[in-house]
Amino acid sequence: MSKRRVVVTGMGMLSPVGNDVQSSWANLLEGKSGVDLITHFDTTNFGTKFAAMVKGLNTEDYIARKDAKKMDLFIQYGLIAAIQAIKDSGLEITEENAYRIGVAIGSGIGGLGLIEENHTKLMNSGPRKLSPFFVPSTIINMISGHLSIMYGLKGPNISITTACTTGVHNIGQAARMISYGDADVMVAGGAEKGSTQLGIGGFGAARALSSRNESPTEASRPWDKDRDGFVLGDGAGVMVVEEYEHAKARGATIYAEIVGFGMSGDAYHMTSPPADGDGAARSMMNAINDAQINPEQIGYINAHGTSTPTGDKAETAAVKRVFGHHAGKVMVSSSKSMIGHLLGAAGSVESIITAMSLVEQKVTPTINLDNPDEGCDLDYVPHTARDAKLEYALCNSFGFGGTNGTLLFKKM
Amino acid sequence: MSIEDRVTKIVIEQLGVKEEEVKSEASFVDDLGADSLDTVELVMALEEEFDTEIPDDEAEKITTVQSAVDYIKAHAE
Repeated sequence: MSKRRVVVTGMGMLSPVGNDVQSSWANLLEGKSGVDLITHFDTTNFGTKFAAMVKGLNTEDYIARKDAKKMDLFIQYGLIAAIQAIKDSGLEITEENAYRIGVAIGSGIGGLGLIEENHTKLMNSGPRKLSPFFVPSTIINMISGHLSIMYGLKGPNISITTACTTGVHNIGQAARMISYGDADVMVAGGAEKGSTQLGIGGFGAARALSSRNESPTEASRPWDKDRDGFVLGDGAGVMVVEEYEHAKARGATIYAEIVGFGMSGDAYHMTSPPADGDGAARSMMNAINDAQINPEQIGYINAHGTSTPTGDKAETAAVKRVFGHHAGKVMVSSSKSMIGHLLGAAGSVESIITAMSLVEQKVTPTINLDNPDEGCDLDYVPHTARDAKLEYALCNSFGFGGTNGTLLFKKM
Repeated sequence: MSIEDRVTKIVIEQLGVKEEEVKSEASFVDDLGADSLDTVELVMALEEEFDTEIPDDEAEKITTVQSAVDYIKAHAE
């Protein structure tokens, strides 16, 4: 049986630089930063006082207030991105096709904000004051659940949780499920609202965050020698992925084809990658082998590029290992320099950016890369966006626990 | 504000319904679109507003706007 081809036919996004795909893409091309000081809680005792938040969102444009108050913000973000993506795809859901349309939207952490709120109620007033919606408003698979109820999507309904690789794994597995025949269409991606007291405090305690409080917009600086950790970001990215013949038959706009998906485990450390980027390299190789192409055909890598001292070097080493003499010719940029690290949403938001690069034939820059660190000598597209001629592009995500994922997209 | 008005306000807020729908005989589940979890939360909001504790077996009997008002009049304030 020949492999069923899978294409991207819809995209939706909430990011720190825009509340839809088009405005986010325009701001990314201009190299705008979405990082700000945190004002939604008192940061006095926190080492890091900033994050990249979603701004100016009117939730009621998408979700009734009565329903929204039963959802942590991460669920609201995920649903909104999914609603945008379904609308963008032009897909009509009918009684006949509903069984062939599924959902795979995850989150790295889940409803941290409402967990904090309910824990405070528990401590102050006892268990009788816990909301009956506490559990369903905070658990990770509720984006997939709500979306299926909202649209009557009766196909596979899952949520993969793999820390910062969540978005890539959900899209990749969704594509595999279509390829295998479990579904014809999957709504896939990730969402996160990690900029809460526990999120900022917890990642801060792990020494993972930048503490450049005097200039937050310069804090995320992948591969720069003065980088000091990542910047936490909020948002969601969701793709409608669809079997190629199915998309063609209904005359859908096709943004890109998903031609390769690779995964790997580091088997090394809870929060650090090995210096040689072994797991990252195997993840990229697995995606390239899945697509049966040569590394030389790839023009762009949307890197994991978190701005952490070890992660940036390991990914650079991995690219060199996979691409050999071609490593210097492939463009490698980090969206996280502008939008921060969206954890479970990172891979899906960045997959959309990667697909947009193929559609628009432009590459978004890595901002704040003033002085590349020793050994960081790839073409990171510093400061300014570029026109490019791209046929294939990769999107990398690597997560705590040593979980790696790579998606390989092809221009249509 | 009367007890009736305060109950009505909470029902509007909790169930996301319009004021004219909140008639005294209206059933939370059958007329106002509440599910079982909504009614639990509604009772919690009444407890909060009227500074009282409603035992579970009493809470189960609060199924309409009027029964909520009656309970509050009999047990709180």
